[in-house]
Amino acid sequence: MNNFKTTLVDIRVMIWRSTMHIVRNTDQLLGAFFQPIMFLVLFASVFGGSIEKALPDGISYINYLMAGIVVQTVAFGSTTTAIAVSNDMSKGIMDRFRSLPMSNIAVLSGHVIADLLRNTISTIVMIVAGFAIGFRPQTDLVGWLKIAILLILFTLAFSWLASIVGVVSKSVEAVQWLTFVIIFPLTFASSAFTPTAGMGHYLRIFAENQPITQVVEAVRSLILGQDPGDYYTKAIIWCLICLVVAVPISARLFRHRTR
Amino acid sequence: MQEIIKVRGLTKSYGDNQVLKGIDFEVHKGTMLALLGPNGAGKTTTVKILSTLLSPDQGEVTIAGIDLSRHPEQIRKVIGLTGQSAAVDELLTGSENLIMMGRLYQLSKEQARQRAEELLVDFDLVDAAKRKVKDYSGGMRRRLDLAISLIASPPIIFLDEPTTGLDPRSRQTMWQMIRLLLDSGTTILLTTQYLEEADQLADQIIVIGGGKVIARGTPEQLKAKVGQDRLEIRLKSIEDFELVISILEKYSPTQDQDKLTVGISIKGDGSDLKPILDLLEYARISPAGIEIHRPTLDDVFLLLTNGEEVDE
Repeated sequence: MNNFKTTLVDIRVMIWRSTMHIVRNTDQLLGAFFQPIMFLVLFASVFGGSIEKALPDGISYINYLMAGIVVQTVAFGSTTTAIAVSNDMSKGIMDRFRSLPMSNIAVLSGHVIADLLRNTISTIVMIVAGFAIGFRPQTDLVGWLKIAILLILFTLAFSWLASIVGVVSKSVEAVQWLTFVIIFPLTFASSAFTPTAGMGHYLRIFAENQPITQVVEAVRSLILGQDPGDYYTKAIIWCLICLVVAVPISARLFRHRTR
Repeated sequence: MQEIIKVRGLTKSYGDNQVLKGIDFEVHKGTMLALLGPNGAGKTTTVKILSTLLSPDQGEVTIAGIDLSRHPEQIRKVIGLTGQSAAVDELLTGSENLIMMGRLYQLSKEQARQRAEELLVDFDLVDAAKRKVKDYSGGMRRRLDLAISLIASPPIIFLDEPTTGLDPRSRQTMWQMIRLLLDSGTTILLTTQYLEEADQLADQIIVIGGGKVIARGTPEQLKAKVGQDRLEIRLKSIEDFELVISILEKYSPTQDQDKLTVGISIKGDGSDLKPILDLLEYARISPAGIEIHRPTLDDVFLLLTNGEEVDE
């Protein structure tokens, strides 16, 4: 019981630390604001005209795109977790943390949860910006709640996966290309930006069955006021699987890995 | 005296590279043991094992009666570590760093805050307390680093090359802080490449090279191994030089004709000194200079390792 209480204190202290890092790292913070807005506006204006023709009647591209761009932002945002973890691992402070009587998962939890806060800000900024360029969701309160729950789970899942990358990578550069190689194809070979109908056979099988598409489709249906069907359940299950796998692995690697 | 750290038969390899080849030592409560050795000798590996960061391949380690292989989590409560690279958070202020680490050592908020304030005073960091650490100088970082490892007043402290890369003044300040710690009864294990540092601070020294202990003892004992103090007399002319050699013949002096210098081994208590000077005065010789050389730990080290560098 006592153990549990100290673990909570450890995690709280580390969340505070990671949040201070985000707040005091002004460049990164500005990125969290402007990068998603830039993506949203560029995608909507560059691809909007062409892709809208492939969409069912009555659905505007901005309404279609929003789910994809939010999920993409969260997925790419997990790189920040990986970089923060990798940065810690390469510095003397990690030896200190590991020589302290503290919980294994506290340092990583700190980064993951602080990133959840940052991603929440990014997402809200994006939705507000979306309204300015014609985003009109058909969602009720329950729908928004379901969206929030799924996105939070998805963010946690991806950040924990990213923290494994952060722990095992030999350098920040390695983190950058590794996450790029994993996350870029995952988000683009999905229904995030364009319907899968136009993709080649095998690509389409991959795109329709991978987790990002489940999450995107679930969020999109809710935004458009449609029934998400089993996309929502599948998306939640994917996120939970990622969490159950990633949390213990990264905590273990964190304790045993040294550079 | 109580052995608070006991290490027996410690070995560690990284792949084919055996870094530790069986190290034994013990540290008595309230004293300082210095691990002295060149780069790559295995000092940092030893400290990492003792501070639970690495597990050894073989060997037994007990710290404060706790078996390292069974209860590393209990050992973490009684040790403080100051590693080679300053383990401080750059984006936090000095005071935030201290309080954060205090909380992780399971101090209450109030305790952590109070202790942080005391340490900021002790380590002369009050003015810098509210500044981000990334704006600190090297010496300030090291002081903060040491302060952090003391936040929970652990009875045992590991200092891994605490003064490497510091200017002479900051090094002196660090030494003062370390002496204060020793005075307060803390047990310290220090690693250093600086022989002077071990000489200045440590009660016991072990010299490691190539993963083995190659010598151990007090600083005095180690220096005695290299031999006696030497008196060197430099003369003004070749005539004086030759005269001195003949009158001091019974001391079997060494000679350096180019530098007009005569060297004599003398006892450490200086009892030989007066008769020799009397002989010089009797012969009406006024030397150009007289110096006494005490063997330094550098001499010890060169003698023990035969000047060979140990691979990284």
